[in-house]
Parts: sequence; structure tokens; C-alpha cells
Amino acid sequence: MTITNPLLSVRDLTVSVRDRGVMKPLVSGLSFDLRAGETLAIAGESGSGKSITSLALMGLLPNNVTVTSGQMLLGDTDLAQMSENQMRPLRGAQVAMIFQEPMTSLNPVQTVGTQLIEAIRAHEPVSYGQARAGAIAALRQVRLAEPERRMGQYPHELSGGMRQRVMIAMALALRPALMIADEPTTALDVTVQREVLELLKDLQRETGTAIILITHDMGVVAETADRVVIMQAGQMVEQGLTPDIFAAPRADYTRSLLAAVPRLGAGAARAAPLPPKAQVPVAQLVDVTVHFDIGANFLGRPTHRVHAVEGVSFDIQPSETFGLVGESGCGKSTIAKALAGLVPYEGQIIINSTSLAGLKAQERKDICRDVQMVFQDPMAALDPRMKVGDAVAEPLLIHGVGTARERKERTAELFDHVGLSSDQMNRYPHEFSGGQRQRICIARALALRPRLIICDESVSALDVSVQARVLALLEELKADFGVAYLFISHDMAVVENIVDRLAVMYLGQIVEMGTRDQVFGNPQHPYTQRLLDAVPIPDPTRERTTYLRAASEPPSPMRRIGDPVPRLMLTDIGGGHLIAPEVTA
Amino acid sequence: MAGYLFRRIFQAVLILLGVSFITFVLLYVLPADPVRQIAGRAATAQTVENIRQQLGLDQPFLVQYGRYLGGLIQGDMGRSYLQKTEVASLIASRLPATLLLMAGGIACELLIGLTFGVIAAIYRGRLLDQGLMVTSFVAVSAPQFVVGLLLLYVFAVQLGWFPIGGYGTFEHLVLPSVTLGIMGSGWYSRMMRSSMIEVLRQDYIRTARAKGLTRARVLTRHALPNAILPIIAMIGIDIGIFMGGLVVVESVFGWPGIGQLAWQAIQRVDIPIIMGVTMVSATAIVLGNLLADVITPFIDPRIKMR
Repeated sequence: MTITNPLLSVRDLTVSVRDRGVMKPLVSGLSFDLRAGETLAIAGESGSGKSITSLALMGLLPNNVTVTSGQMLLGDTDLAQMSENQMRPLRGAQVAMIFQEPMTSLNPVQTVGTQLIEAIRAHEPVSYGQARAGAIAALRQVRLAEPERRMGQYPHELSGGMRQRVMIAMALALRPALMIADEPTTALDVTVQREVLELLKDLQRETGTAIILITHDMGVVAETADRVVIMQAGQMVEQGLTPDIFAAPRADYTRSLLAAVPRLGAGAARAAPLPPKAQVPVAQLVDVTVHFDIGANFLGRPTHRVHAVEGVSFDIQPSETFGLVGESGCGKSTIAKALAGLVPYEGQIIINSTSLAGLKAQERKDICRDVQMVFQDPMAALDPRMKVGDAVAEPLLIHGVGTARERKERTAELFDHVGLSSDQMNRYPHEFSGGQRQRICIARALALRPRLIICDESVSALDVSVQARVLALLEELKADFGVAYLFISHDMAVVENIVDRLAVMYLGQIVEMGTRDQVFGNPQHPYTQRLLDAVPIPDPTRERTTYLRAASEPPSPMRRIGDPVPRLMLTDIGGGHLIAPEVTA
Repeated sequence: MAGYLFRRIFQAVLILLGVSFITFVLLYVLPADPVRQIAGRAATAQTVENIRQQLGLDQPFLVQYGRYLGGLIQGDMGRSYLQKTEVASLIASRLPATLLLMAGGIACELLIGLTFGVIAAIYRGRLLDQGLMVTSFVAVSAPQFVVGLLLLYVFAVQLGWFPIGGYGTFEHLVLPSVTLGIMGSGWYSRMMRSSMIEVLRQDYIRTARAKGLTRARVLTRHALPNAILPIIAMIGIDIGIFMGGLVVVESVFGWPGIGQLAWQAIQRVDIPIIMGVTMVSATAIVLGNLLADVITPFIDPRIKMR
């Protein structure tokens, strides 16, 4: 490698927030260099200061946050010394940024074209027609089909992956020297993430733009970055070439971070004794179908029907962890809602050999004791004005279990089980970290000694190290209480590490089902294979074969009324490994 | 679109039917007797009875209501008891003045309210914001007749910039419009402020800034169109509140509109006029709401009419 002057040189950067008159550092003493055409990953868990660093580079820090010392040299200009008016012409033209949430990062009331053209004309004195041509070229460059038509569409008409492509097109339209991508694929499905990462790599080869990739996902780091900076609590822990960091991490924190990353294939090491069959299943779904009618014709009758779940059957044995995987919109969360009695369904759901259909209110309530849920966002799932002890005791109260004193003792016990201390019972949710809050939610779900806990993306919002500990807790509780889990997740690596059996869903139907070893060891359905292939592998030495791109966006589960979905027939290829035929069209 | 409009208009007719019925019931149970008003104090019982029969007020309630509805369908709103003219033509002759005043009032409240709201949101938490919010609070709380008289005293009597009352020129329109709009401007500035603050923290505003747009462009092209969306629905509802204000403002400024007509009619228990004005206002409110709902999808592409 020839030694050239770095494109960007960050020296001893300290960014602080003003909190009641005191400056508290969010990032301190951060230094790194970035050369032209290079990809640098800044990796770390929440609160590590990685996003603040990127906002500081863009000059987009919130009002109460300022760069207190250090330099950010882009060529000869120090971005840290720039006023808002000096910074503005650089933004978008020299330094561009794409954000985590493609769903909310585009203006909902302007067309894609208007927003792209505006970005170009903000910096270049070109006519509307020239800017429009440039915008179409940029959309073509990010491999969006039918770029002319996209120009006239509004953001809500595009899928998440398409919107992120539009964001990338907007960032690259002016050929900036540096592009900052802040968790660009975190909100996307794994196959879409794969496509976007490939795209970023291709574009970098074509344009030579340097990329700073902010991410929490070590798999993404391994597959895309040349070099990596590991951050923790506002400080750099270590930096180096990606293969070196993965092969020989020097810092303890890096080692523990890498150890906590769930890996595909790691589950194989674990001997999974199959729970003996021929028991009464905890839950049994027979031909469950959920439809939502939408649209309205002249008389206000619905015209279309969303086939969210279509003829799904499976059962969950006692003390079993059953996984449900698939991408957004495949119907996995709708199944959870049907099981918990939160959406109307057709077909049969049997819990503890009692069918849910036609139950009276009181009987329904009794069944609820056996099925509890743990949701994705632990902050949203806890009442901010209720003490966490009361939140955990509430299910007991609702079902009239024990006296006040007994409930209190039971709550203390539960806190103990999930690794919290019982003197924390009188605190409020905001006093806890994300992982602790999820523990509280788990304690609440356990309160009634349910036989089945539905975990709907329960660890997805947590940092990897916290995630690993919560997963371990779930395993432990399974052994202690004999509870079964329905584990819903989009993260294949996590699923492989925890489930006994799983079903893969696509467009409301199961396409493959079997034990963990059957599905992960010998995936048969092309969709399962595509899902597994798309998972980023935290191993930079692994050569990735070019990803087989999906031909198109997944079709919509919405159909005209009177046009039913063709049902997939599952065939057993041995040992209970069920496969659907490949869908054509 | 056609189906949507059809259903909405059908709903509107139902609402108007309900309004007419309730108003009719209220007027029927009213202790004041319109016949006494018409006949005068000196009239004999016989005269009173004759007039009552003549007007059909001796009939049972449902018959009276049925007759009224029958007329209404044919566009006949009845005759005024006292002025002996068609209610429809009375209202028609005064409607333009009222519509003009309403337009003036809406223009005033939007102009003042939205401007104040946007400025307050931009300078959120600073002195200017606090000053504007105190002002808007005063505007919301001040009774319209007080505001009207105050404006009259200062700008018409003392300064002589505007005429004291009457109708005809642009100068005549200014004070009544401001009086009518000032209360609404207080509401709108508060709503616009919170809507704008909400929009300014959205991700797409950060995107717009990251594109390197000027601050003015971020505000006008990205923040404003989104912030104004919830306000549009309010304007539809607002027309109802306006009707109440019109009665007061038209009386204070001697503005020859239907508010004044209604005020006089109420004092004299001239039931056909009261009914007529009520029906016209109700229609205006229903149409205003419909208009707001029809406009929204053109500004917000995410909303579809169904």
C-alpha cells in the first residue's frame, strides 16, 4: 500500500453534551484516518458514541451537543472549526450521509424525484432538466428498476430496501469524497441487507468514495470493512485492519464483543436432545388462517384481502423452543397475535388440549395464564408510570392469585430468577437498561407459571452482549420451569443457537419445517437457502460466493377478494422434515 | 373518488336532517310564543288564535315538522313571521356579506396564527417563543365583543384609520375580520407550534439538512408542508366556531350579514329565520369538513379517500 495523505483525519476528537450546565463527554480523544476509496467501520454497542461521531462529521449535532476539542480534517479544512454557513455547501457535496431508518428518512409528501433533484440543485448550478437526468442516472446506478417511474412515486409506495437505495442514490448523486452510512441495513430484512451491502461495495468500486460504516453488527463489519475502529462508552478501544482484529483482538472488550456475536453453525456444537414426542402438545395450530380486508368499493365493501397467515399448522411440545423465522410481512407476528387471542382467525388453535374457538370470556382468561408474551421493545412494553415490581405482580393481581403478601414474595422470587435483585422492585422502568427491562418483561411473563411464552423478536433490540445474556437466561428458565417458547425472530444466527425445531415462513405460509439440524444442516427450500446465505458471517477470511440476488421484490400478500392464495402442500422428506414445493410466480 | 363523495354527501344529508329535527324540537318547546310577538300585546284571544291557525302552529309537532321538511326539499324555507318575506331570499341577500367576512376572518387567523406558530417553533424555548405563546393565550381568552369594541375604540374612534361600522369597502372589512380571526389565531399558533416542533425532529428533516439545503429551504419545503397537514382538518371544524363569532361580530360592527339576521330573529322569536340560518350554517360546517377531507389527499399522498 502506498502512503498517501489521508482523505479524512480525525485527531483527538471530543464531543460533549451540556447537561444542567456541566459538559459531559460523549466521545473523547477519538483519532482515526481514512484514505480515499477505503471502508472504515466504526463498531460498538449502544452508547459507544459511534453515531455522535458521524453527526459531528456532518455538523448535524443536536443543539446541546458540541465538539469541545480536536480536529476533523477533510483535506485541509477542519470540519470542527466550520460555522453552519461554511458547513452547508460541504454537506451532501463533499460528505454525504445515509441513515438507519429508510422508512422515515424521506419526506413523505414529496416525490422521490423532487427530493433527488433538490439535492443536486442545492449544490450544482444546473437546469431542472439536467438535474432530473442526473437523478435518474443516480437511481439507475443504485440498480433500481424503472428509474423514470420511481421519480414520480412517493416514499410510501416503495419498500424499505427500495427507499434505502433512494437514500444511497441521493448521497452518491454528487459524488462525495466521503459517505457516512449510519447503520444502513439494521432496519432491513436479511436478504435486503445483503443486497444493499453488495450495492455499497459495487458503488465504492465504481466511484472510489470512501465510506465510514457505523454498525453494531460484527458480521457486517467482517464482510464490508477494510479497517475497523471498536468503540465503547465514547472511547476507542482498538483499531486495525479487519482481519487482524477478528483474528487477534488485543482488547478484552473486543474479545468479549466477538464472543457474544451469534454465529451460524455454532449451534451444531450443542447436543440437542429432542424432547420425547407423544406428549400432549402445549399448543397446536391446525390450518390457521388470518385475513385482513381492506379497500372499499362504491358501497363500502372491501375489495382486497391481505392473506397474512394462510393455512399454517404446527405444534409446540412441552419444554420445547419452537422457532418461527421469515422476513417482515411473512406473518410470523400475526401467528403470535392469533395465539395470544389478539386477532380473529380461522382454523383451530388448541392450547393444553382446549380449543380456543367458542370459549367464554372467563375460560379465555384462564387459558391466558398458560400463554404469555415478551415483546420486542422492552421500553414500550412497560408502563413508564408503574413501578416494575407492580408490573411484574400485575398478572397475579388480574388473575386473583394469592394475597398481597404472597404476591409480593412471588414477585421477589421472580426478580431473583431473572437475575435482578428484589430491592429494585420499587423503581421505575426508566431507571433500568434495555437488557434489564427485558428481564423485567420476562419476569412478568413468568409470573403465572405459563406453559408457553411467545418471544416476538424479544432480543432483536438488544446489544449483542446483552442479547447473549438474555438468551442464556431464557435457556436457564426453560430448564427450571419447564416452559416452552415460541421464538419469533428474523435473525437466523440467534434462532439456530436457541431453537429445537423451527418453521420458515414466506408470504403467510410455512415453506420448510423441521428440527434445527434438519433445517440448518440440510436446508431444502430455495427460500430457506437464500435466507441462510444472506446472513453476514463474522469472519473476514471467509470468501463469500457472489450472492444470488432475488429476481424481484417479494410479491404482496394482498389479493383481490375471490382470488385465494394457492395452498402449499408440505411433504415429509424423512424424520419430520417438511418441505413445500417451490413457488412459481 | 366518486363513491367516496357519494357516501360523504349521503352522510351530510343525514346530519342536516338530524340538525333540522333537533332545532325544531328546541324551538317547539321554547317558552316564548311567536304568535304573541306577531300579534302584539293588545291583540284579542281570537286574533291570536287566527294567526296561530294561519301559521299552522296549532298543528301537532310532527305535522309541523313534516311540512317544514317538505318545503325544504323544494327549496322553500318558509316566510318570516314579521318581515313577511321569503326566508330564502332574506338569507340569500345577506349571505355574500357573511361569506366575505368569513373569508376575511379565516385569512386573518391563518395568517397570524400560522406565522406566529412557525416563528415560535423555530425559536422554541427562547424569549420570542414565550412572548408569542402568552400573546396567543390572551387571544384565545379574550371575548370577541371586548376585542371588537377595543379595536373600534382604538383604530376607528381614536386613530380614525378605519370606519366605525358598516359595509362596502375594504376598510370596512379590516376590523371585523381581525376581531373574528383573533381568537382562532391563538388556537392556530399553538397548534402550528407543536405540529412544527414535532415535524422538525423527524428523520427526513435531518436528511434534508444532510443534503446541504439552506435552513430556509428545509423549513419551507420540508417542514411546513408536513406541519400544516393536521391543521387543514381543523379549518373544516373551525367554520362551526366561526358561526358563533359571526353573530357577535356582525352586531358589534353593524355588518349586514346572516349573523345579524339571526340575532334579530332570535329576539323576536321569528322561527322560520332561526331555522333557516341554522340550516345554512349547518350546511356550511358540513361542507367545510368535506372540503378539508377532500383537500387532504392532494397534499398528503399517503392518505387515500375511502
